[in-house]
Amino acid sequence: MSKPLKQIHLAAHFPGVNNTTVWSDPAAGSHIEFSSFAHFARTAERAKFDFLFLAEGLRLREQGGKIYDLDVVGRPDTFTVLAALAAVTEHLGLTGTINSTFNEPYEVARQFASLDHLSGGRAAWNVVTSWDAFTGENFRRGGFLPQEERYSRAKEFLATAHELFDSWHGDEILADQDTGQFLRDAKAGAFVHTGQHFDIHGRFNVPRSPQGRPVIFQAGDSEEGREFAASEADAIFSRHATLEAGRAFYTDVKSRLTKYGRTPDQLLILPAATFTLADTDAEAEELAKEVRRQQVSGATALRHLEFVWNRDLSGYDPDGPLPDIDPDVSGDHISQGRAQVRMYRDPITTAREWRELAAANNWSIRDLVIETGNRQNFIGSAETIARTVNEFVQTDASDGFILVPHITPTGLDAFADQVVPILQEKGVFRTEYEGPTLRHHLGLAHPDGSTPGPRTPDATSAHSDTGRKDRH
Amino acid sequence: MSSTSLSPLHLAVALDGTGWHPASWREPVSRPKELFTAAYWAGLVAEAERGLLDFVTIEDGLGPQSSHFLDPDDRTDEVRGRLDAVLIASRVAPLTRNIGLVPTVVATHTEPFHISKAIATLDYVSTGRAGVRVQITARPNEAAHFGRRTVPRIKAYDNPADRETIAGLFDEAADYVEVVRRLWDSWEDDAEIRDAATGRFIDRDKLHYIDFEGKYFSVRGPSITPRPPQGQPVVSALAHDTIPYRLVGRAADIGYVTPHDADEARAIVARVRTEQNAAGRVAEPLHVFADLLVYLDDDPEAAAERRDGLDILAGRPYLSDALTFTGSPAQLADLIEEFQSAGISGCRLRPAVVGHDLPAITRSLVPELQRRGAFRRSYEADTLRGLLGLARPANRYAA
Repeated sequence: MSKPLKQIHLAAHFPGVNNTTVWSDPAAGSHIEFSSFAHFARTAERAKFDFLFLAEGLRLREQGGKIYDLDVVGRPDTFTVLAALAAVTEHLGLTGTINSTFNEPYEVARQFASLDHLSGGRAAWNVVTSWDAFTGENFRRGGFLPQEERYSRAKEFLATAHELFDSWHGDEILADQDTGQFLRDAKAGAFVHTGQHFDIHGRFNVPRSPQGRPVIFQAGDSEEGREFAASEADAIFSRHATLEAGRAFYTDVKSRLTKYGRTPDQLLILPAATFTLADTDAEAEELAKEVRRQQVSGATALRHLEFVWNRDLSGYDPDGPLPDIDPDVSGDHISQGRAQVRMYRDPITTAREWRELAAANNWSIRDLVIETGNRQNFIGSAETIARTVNEFVQTDASDGFILVPHITPTGLDAFADQVVPILQEKGVFRTEYEGPTLRHHLGLAHPDGSTPGPRTPDATSAHSDTGRKDRH
Repeated sequence: MSSTSLSPLHLAVALDGTGWHPASWREPVSRPKELFTAAYWAGLVAEAERGLLDFVTIEDGLGPQSSHFLDPDDRTDEVRGRLDAVLIASRVAPLTRNIGLVPTVVATHTEPFHISKAIATLDYVSTGRAGVRVQITARPNEAAHFGRRTVPRIKAYDNPADRETIAGLFDEAADYVEVVRRLWDSWEDDAEIRDAATGRFIDRDKLHYIDFEGKYFSVRGPSITPRPPQGQPVVSALAHDTIPYRLVGRAADIGYVTPHDADEARAIVARVRTEQNAAGRVAEPLHVFADLLVYLDDDPEAAAERRDGLDILAGRPYLSDALTFTGSPAQLADLIEEFQSAGISGCRLRPAVVGHDLPAITRSLVPELQRRGAFRRSYEADTLRGLLGLARPANRYAA
């Protein structure tokens, strides 16, 4: 007997500041005006998506010492946009990427708890790390954090934030106008945290929010990132494009849960996915090719080659052959503020392989960058895309997808109108929201429900160290 | 008395929980259990907008409210806990059209880079109605919430021995506003070019490093958020003495001050102008608003009875830093016009009980002022700067 059909989770990633986003298309709108965000969120909610997702970067990217100008540049503040989106949606989850290096737990916990209150329980936090002095130049402490400590700070940041969320239990506010008792407990919100990265104590000033804590996402793919997700996260935002890679990642991460006393349904695997949708599969293939050429202009191709070569290649012809010279591996990287460049661990070898590949296929620089770059994950008619998405989920390559359209803000409309109804017909995607909170949409237990047993009213004895608190 | 010779009167309301009186939550009209919901705040701001007010401010703090000036208390009989003011403002922005939204931010423990983009974004989501009210904190317990610094323990904000500590916190706040403002200007208005021919999304020559280096922090820039619709959202601060007057003079578009009569108002305005001139801002518009705590009823005796009843509920009289007004809309209109004649641009009214005194402001005081020709009959602008008569400023970095 076959296992029951899994329900697919779908989310909408607002188009970001890399070359996936095609700003040159005539349909491309503002990436800053609130009307774009509102349109995008309303489309996602109309399609009963689980949540909207916002990325973040805290310094504009540079290449060769100059601000990178070929992609969309600039974005609004994550928390502020999400709070405004709560006003124009009713059910849609609101996931914000917030950095654990250039923030402090008290402030971030206040912001997420406030967002959760103001959205009626729809807040989620994608916890990311950075360490670099480049980004640090925008902040009080500069580049204070060594690279090897970024996950240790992130883990302790999250543990501390959880202690703050848990410092209110949800029953403290009586607000009894007759007796005059507002608080049941004078110590509501008391906390003490002493650890390697944070030594703080006092009273948290936001009462417990509808979800108890925001839903936690983790986005890193490294060994440390996978462990962090397995121990702490409710969902993981990954980037595994193929069925095989997806299954391998899925199996790996879910198998890590046991040692933390967690079950596979407590961590959702939600890869980012791009798509090209057209009336027929053949038309979609053609369109996908065209979009990839829009995404990689000649100028962009040269700049992307510089990620590997680490040299100024502006003198090269993007329609000509690859450079004969080898990459510069001697010094600082030409590109700053871009995680992607760390993928090329052995640039000399990568350059040699690319030269061979280009020669064998008679590819120009631009051809090579297009061909070695990311293909859209889903290409086809609505039927084909629905079938493929469903296959990924039913065969445990993921629990759903965070869709990244290439057009702002209308890039999700056709998916919502054409693909979602097919998934609903197959019985693998909701036709109505089943509950008010993001935890309902994701099938995640409320933290209160999963922490039975007596509570310690005096938080000073309950939260005393840096370790993970018992969450189960 | 005619108001035609004066510049237009401005009115704001300061929102804080169920009102400024510590027993305000006990009033039947208050809804203390809804304080942590979006609907509660949306309702208040809609009411303020109904009264054509220039803006609302929203109080905030990085620790629980307290009846002590410096330390937390263990009271259970007053409202404790609040939501982040910037996020409240943003949450109500799409639900309103004209009213300005001015959340409080605490400069002492936060990052100017984060706040600059947050207020810029509030300006985007409200299409040009954002402001910010900048505050410092000397509370040791709030410093301990962050664990990054300690603030020397002060005896009082006006204690001569603590002058250096207080001046340091305000100087830092002035630097903070400078960074926030430079970051707002760090993108020129036409930096986004979307030039398909060259493949450039921006003209990077129109993005600027701010390279602020100060005693308290250094910030490189540019912002990650393009210049907001107003160019410069409105910056404001509450000030009671020379040191904070200096912050207002150096950095603000609006100073909230606390005169207790027209003569004091005149004197305070003069002190603020002195600081403004000293900061080299003579030519720039700077509004001085008088803060007033209000108990407002058609029958002045009813207002006084309400005030006394609240004090009894609280077990002590509520002493405000601002002048306490108890009376009728006509009496309040008289007082406001008197302040206006003394050089005050407008008033920021602190409702003692927001559920009662806010509608009294919007439905009784405002019509009274309108009858006198002293207040707008419809919104004349769709940005906060526009309502305040402030032009959209040129970008400091534009060539």
